[in-house]
Amino acid sequence: MTEHHAAPSGPTEQRLLTGWGRSRPTRATVLRPAGAEDAARLLRAALDGGGPLVARGLGRSYCDAAQSAGGTVLEMTSARRILEFDAKAGTVTADAGLSIDELLRLSVPSGWFVPVTPGTRYVTLGGALAADVHGKNHHVDGSFGRFVSDAVLAAPAGVRHLSPRDGADELWASAGGMGLTGVFLQMTLQMLRIETSAILVDTERCSDLEDCMARMSTQDADYRYSVAWLDCLARGRHLGRGVLTRGNHARQEDVEAAGGRRGRDWREHRLALAPRQAGRVPVTPPLRLLSRASVRAFNEAWFRKAPARRRRELQSIPAFFHPLDGVGEWNRLYGPLGFTQYQFVVPFGEEDALRRVVEQLSSRQVPSFLSVLKRFGDAGSGHLSFPAPGWTLAVDIPLGLPGLGELLDRFDAIVVAAGGRVYLAKDGRVRPELIHSMYPRLDEWREVCDRLDPGHLISSDLDRRLGLRSERPGSARALRPRPPTEEAR
Amino acid sequence: MIDATGMPQTAVLVGGTSEIGLSVLKALAARRLDSVVLAGRDAEGLAAAALELEGAGVARVVAEKVDLSDPAAVDGLEGLVERCERALGGIDLVLVSTGDLGTASLAELTPHRVYRMFEANATGPAAAIVAFAKRLAAAGAGRIVVLSSVAGVRVRKANFVYGAGKAAVDGLSLGLADALEGTGVGVTVVRPGFVRTRMTTGMAAAPFAVDAADVAHAVVRGLETGAPVVWVPPVLRYVFVLLRLLPRAVFRRLPG
Ligand SMILES: Cc1cc2nc3c(=O)[nH]c(=O)nc-3n(C[C@H](O)[C@H](O)[C@H](O)COP(=O)(O)OP(=O)(O)OC[C@H]3O[C@@H](n4cnc5c(N)ncnc54)[C@H](O)[C@@H]3O)c2cc1C
Ligand SMILES: NC(=O)c1ccc[n+]([C@@H]2O[C@H](COP(=O)([O-])OP(=O)(O)OC[C@H]3O[C@@H](n4cnc5c(N)ncnc54)[C@H](OP(=O)(O)O)[C@@H]3O)[C@@H](O)[C@H]2O)c1
Repeated sequence: MTEHHAAPSGPTEQRLLTGWGRSRPTRATVLRPAGAEDAARLLRAALDGGGPLVARGLGRSYCDAAQSAGGTVLEMTSARRILEFDAKAGTVTADAGLSIDELLRLSVPSGWFVPVTPGTRYVTLGGALAADVHGKNHHVDGSFGRFVSDAVLAAPAGVRHLSPRDGADELWASAGGMGLTGVFLQMTLQMLRIETSAILVDTERCSDLEDCMARMSTQDADYRYSVAWLDCLARGRHLGRGVLTRGNHARQEDVEAAGGRRGRDWREHRLALAPRQAGRVPVTPPLRLLSRASVRAFNEAWFRKAPARRRRELQSIPAFFHPLDGVGEWNRLYGPLGFTQYQFVVPFGEEDALRRVVEQLSSRQVPSFLSVLKRFGDAGSGHLSFPAPGWTLAVDIPLGLPGLGELLDRFDAIVVAAGGRVYLAKDGRVRPELIHSMYPRLDEWREVCDRLDPGHLISSDLDRRLGLRSERPGSARALRPRPPTEEAR
Repeated sequence: MIDATGMPQTAVLVGGTSEIGLSVLKALAARRLDSVVLAGRDAEGLAAAALELEGAGVARVVAEKVDLSDPAAVDGLEGLVERCERALGGIDLVLVSTGDLGTASLAELTPHRVYRMFEANATGPAAAIVAFAKRLAAAGAGRIVVLSSVAGVRVRKANFVYGAGKAAVDGLSLGLADALEGTGVGVTVVRPGFVRTRMTTGMAAAPFAVDAADVAHAVVRGLETGAPVVWVPPVLRYVFVLLRLLPRAVFRRLPG
């Protein structure tokens, strides 16, 4: 058990909030509960005030999920005690504001890794569950929600203890529910046993998109972690070329067999989170010089630099899972307009949709640094969870490019026609009308939300933009004449 | 809500019959705009404008009759803001587009006429801009787009009353933008040159003349880039750098 000193909840503060993409600042009253009880109390008080309220973690969602213009935002990052860590069973019970970074510092030295980590350690458990995040192991392990055995949710209807056994529908409305069912106070997470903190990584270049997809399809089963970085600016026969990085947790014997300085590091510090930042300094995109030419040059250099094929390299957790975390506030480098990430998934069998998106990114020369391609495994149980079996591509794009809105709308059309969806934690601009097709369980989710929050007091900018909880008044669906009710007939 | 690319879902058009205003809303309807309040003094004109917007795909259009040149109506502005808020369920964008070119003929400029022109170009829009700004600031989000004009950048003899009114509203908007810093509300000042609309029918087109659709395009682009000032066409920014520097003796003799 470590002691975390939670800061006392500060005075009421009005603040501009944005997501990681820094694109849509809106102002809200920000409350910082000191702990779980404090959060429940502040929630009740704020709800009496009636304003729209939403929880916020570390603000790593890209656009407007963790903000609520004119309302109240419960910033949960001071509520971050670890209440119980069972080093035998690998279960952790902690406040929802605890970050994966802090959790790893505690758990890795005793041989436990988080079951799922996104591409940054700086997310809270609450944010990870609310977005039902996925990692490089989705094809094997599924998403975050699967590993939560209990969660305490403070909803307007009361404080609920959710688990896959009791209140399962409330858990599955909340996992992936983007904070719109209430505020997670605490949760219990099943961790993953590791023998060493090293990842045994195979790296290889693939010459184009087909090559990437073929190798992933046939070999992903050999790896717990698998992802491909694509150069979406490459053209012609290089279209969709990339670098596959795949790995497994290294076992004791892997570390013992490893030679060189790196091998020695790990033999001496078998379970260190990052023995002397082993591995190369992560490549940093030259964001300051953001232009088509510089992005092209960077992607080119990066592709050339990658080994054609390298086997069984030991990498640290930060180097393998969180390369960008070493770069500090890299999101600021995109300038005042910020950036967006377009992430979608299309089912297996709809590879053509993926191809068309990559082709258009390339033909339009959209200046995106390395994009991430991954194969998802089975979907989880969350009503609005993003991952579904198929291909997912995530592309960072600077905002302000002429025609970007229209281009992304065309991508949406391709994605929806293929039966796919975009990721709400990344979205900043999808058309509200498409949400029903993308998330077919929306009505089921709404019913549970209405039970947990009958007055629709919980709301975020994302909720209002997309009409998640209830149809936007101006949306075609809201205006469609309703079938006559019993009395009307 | 305004999305990551700067596109609003709801809007109020003050000067609900304005050709330029409607052209902007139609362009926004092709993106995310689905609900609009048209505020203006001409009920018939508003009804026709509503049909036009519905034709362009705006799902809900509500007309609000208000005459900004009527002091009593100005007193009712806060009520109008509330009604807009309720009708739209949240105001993303306020587009202020009232303006009256009036006359610059000393013979025609009765005290009454001058007074009325200031109402149409300056005091009326100013009162509306501030009333909406307060509401948006309380809501923590939104954008106000104000139709100014190059006529207000350096006031010319050809339209000095109109230009002075535009100068007032232009300055007010820039100052307001700074006052709104940190509230989540942004202001865009639009400075078109000569635009071929009913306002200018019968007049000889000035150099760099554009159509309402060009203004619309520039405003949409301005929203995408968060530009605080939008010149239409863009070259006028540079033209006016020069015009502002001209000695008065030369400026006075410029044609038009
Ligand atoms: C560099 C980078 C890489 C990323 N890689 C991945 C990835 O590989 N896979 C992936 O799935 N995602 C990824 N993400 C997205 C990120 O994991 C999610 O957006 C996550 O939700 C962020 O957590 P947070 O604590 O910052 O939450 P915030 O961004 O603050 O909030 C996100 C959502 O969670 C809700 N929320 C937060 N705390 C609580 C709480 N206590 N109770 C209820 N609701 C709450 C908020 O209301 C909001 O809807 C990445 C983001 C970045 C910046
Ligand atoms: N056209 C140009 O060359 C040009 C150039 C630069 C800037 N602008 C500015 O752009 C804006 C829109 O112009 P436009 O070309 O679209 O002209 P428009 O179609 O004539 O629109 C003018 C709007 O102002 C309203 N209005 C006029 N006098 C008013 C008064 N006394 N009280 C209340 N409302 C009044 C009109 O309402 P009614 O329908 O009720 O009259 C109409 O809605 C104006 O602010 C204009 O100054 C125009």
